[in-house]
Amino acid sequence: MKPMVHKLEYMPSREFKARAREALGLAGQRRSFRGAMDFLQGKRAAQFPDPAALEAWRDQGEAIRQRCLGKLPELLTQLEAKLQANGVQVHWAETPQEANAIITGLVQAAGADLVVKGKSMVSEEIELNHHLAEHGVTAIESDMGEYIVQLAGERPSHIVMPAVHKTRAQIARLFHERVPGAPLTEDVDALIRIGRHAIRGLYPQAKVGLSGVNFAVAETGTLCLVENEGNGRMCTTVPDVHIAITGIEKVVEFLSDVPPLYGLLTRSATGQPVTTYFNLISGPRRPGERDGPRAVHLVLLDNGRSQAFADAQLRRTLQCIRCGACMNHCPVYARVGGHAYGTTYPGPIGAIVSPHLLGLQHTQDLPTASSLCGACGEVCPVRIPIPELLLRLREEAVRPPDDTPDHPLRGQGAAHDPQLASLWRLWAWLHSHPLRYRAYTWLATRLRAWLPRQQLGWTLHRIALKPARRSFLERMATIERERLRTKP
Amino acid sequence: MSDARSRILGRLRGALAHDAPGSWPAATADAEPKATPSPLAAAPLTERLTALITAMRAVQTEVHLARSSDWTQRLTAIVASHGVRRLAIGDGPGLPTAAQQALAALQAAPQGPQVLPFNRDIDAWKAELFTTVDAGFTTARCGIADTGGLILWPDATEPRTLSLVPPLHIAWLDGRRVHASLADAIGRDSWTAHGLPTNALLISGPSKTSDIQQTLAYGAHGPRALALIIVVPDDVDLAALAARTGALVNAAGAAA
Repeated sequence: MKPMVHKLEYMPSREFKARAREALGLAGQRRSFRGAMDFLQGKRAAQFPDPAALEAWRDQGEAIRQRCLGKLPELLTQLEAKLQANGVQVHWAETPQEANAIITGLVQAAGADLVVKGKSMVSEEIELNHHLAEHGVTAIESDMGEYIVQLAGERPSHIVMPAVHKTRAQIARLFHERVPGAPLTEDVDALIRIGRHAIRGLYPQAKVGLSGVNFAVAETGTLCLVENEGNGRMCTTVPDVHIAITGIEKVVEFLSDVPPLYGLLTRSATGQPVTTYFNLISGPRRPGERDGPRAVHLVLLDNGRSQAFADAQLRRTLQCIRCGACMNHCPVYARVGGHAYGTTYPGPIGAIVSPHLLGLQHTQDLPTASSLCGACGEVCPVRIPIPELLLRLREEAVRPPDDTPDHPLRGQGAAHDPQLASLWRLWAWLHSHPLRYRAYTWLATRLRAWLPRQQLGWTLHRIALKPARRSFLERMATIERERLRTKP
Repeated sequence: MSDARSRILGRLRGALAHDAPGSWPAATADAEPKATPSPLAAAPLTERLTALITAMRAVQTEVHLARSSDWTQRLTAIVASHGVRRLAIGDGPGLPTAAQQALAALQAAPQGPQVLPFNRDIDAWKAELFTTVDAGFTTARCGIADTGGLILWPDATEPRTLSLVPPLHIAWLDGRRVHASLADAIGRDSWTAHGLPTNALLISGPSKTSDIQQTLAYGAHGPRALALIIVVPDDVDLAALAARTGALVNAAGAAA
């Protein structure tokens, strides 16, 4: 089998606005997203019938994640020591390049030219498949959604349901065209059988399996994996070598921290009380055991997470357990879809994570992709104040270049526009003194007929501003005078 | 890459050291808010069994009830109804009694399947396991009532792939061992004190996916079917439990 080297489409999220406009015109895709979002919202709601119980549970989820982040360095070293004691090798990577180099080295050392992959958004984040392909290694996505997206040469459009943008008919055609011997059928059971059959033969062949991690338990040195399909188990059980990759924020302190978070994750993500499989991996094959990988590796990736960690407000971004509920409830995501964001993590969580991973210079528009309706914050199972963080990042994006904040962010001030900044300074000046304000409103109301129809950025998406005939203060004064005059 | 390690940890430690007082909540696990516990924690075994069976049947698990004296009849019935020709089962010293009984019963069955004890490393028969084995039999350590699910504890005698690779997984559960929740199972069975196996598992049904237009389909990459045999203790009314949940029983067992 020859590795597929996908053309690496670098999609800087600076082009978000253009892509969003384009996506709004794709009626079929918009129907896919609308349908999926309505479905997932309903499924989630059905799992939390008692609002008081839900809020108590979210309190617990938030408290666990905050406690664990509050001792993150300590827990990471504990996790490392426990994993090593269990026979798992731990690797640290600051950047995607380092993580790719580590994994490529491990794959080559295993003599593998085929890697079967379970779902891992972090592997998407580092463009692992592309990197492996450049080194002659084929990486096959085994999660059905990921497999569909890989066959199509696309990227996941959702962190939990990667192929959510595709219709059944599109998938039917895709399988028929790209999977050897696949008949053209729109029957979902038949399509899943085609996918199962196409991948099943690869598990025994692959020397290396790769997976993500949902929770890493410091207390016991355990990697937890949440899934329904069984492909995660296949990738972590059948090949000789299992490589897991995760962000440094995924560690929890105790095994007892896992059930509350797992319950919140499955219910918030897909409205399931439990997934088919919950996998707790605590090491490679032991003496006398008949199966399981002979070596297990964990790659811990920073890639900008420590930047978010440096600031106590932005640190809350790292509470995320990647359920995707924020995108399922986001009116912007539902309309433009996941690809418009141009980043691995789309939607509200993507808008607050991506600036740390890629720098604000590449992601300055993402925090503005929100109406600030607050739905994302309301459904977040670990209470990340997403709207607050979006506002904070908007501020950071327009920060003046001569500012030296305590916690500088990569690309801060990328959206800073000196003209716009001067305009707002003028605005503030006019509004901050009664005499100036009265003079300005008097003038503005008298000159209303002469205001231009094109008002810079404002009129791109909105109708032109036109002041009222008289300011509110003037009207109030008139009414008051009238009242006094007519008083009996 | 130890440089990466020290730099990452250095940044994280530096951040915590520079936190303004009160900017990050400082709480211990004991003082944390807790979610409402499952009412099943205080419920009698019959209720926990009912919840377990109902939840697992809802995700297409085929549930069978029997007594300790006649459960192997259920096993032979399952094997026959699924047309199993080759069945893999655990092996080696310390193999759970139920697996030994299953092995004996299947070998004694007149038209039973060929039984393959997992007595060699998987490397020696990977392809064979993937292509020629119809079913795998394992014991479960306990059940999880609230969400429905089984805890499996694979080891040298019952390998991990028994419950994963064959298209049919037949699981056996001692009906006395049903915890209210996953949290209860972890706490009451002292998982951390006793040490975890290489791969502890929670399984709630046959493998499934909704990745094609949110349409649920069973039989993704893992087993297409999960048959669960629960050995119901004598103080639980088996017939009533079966009637309440729709679980399958032996003809004789139902009458008794």
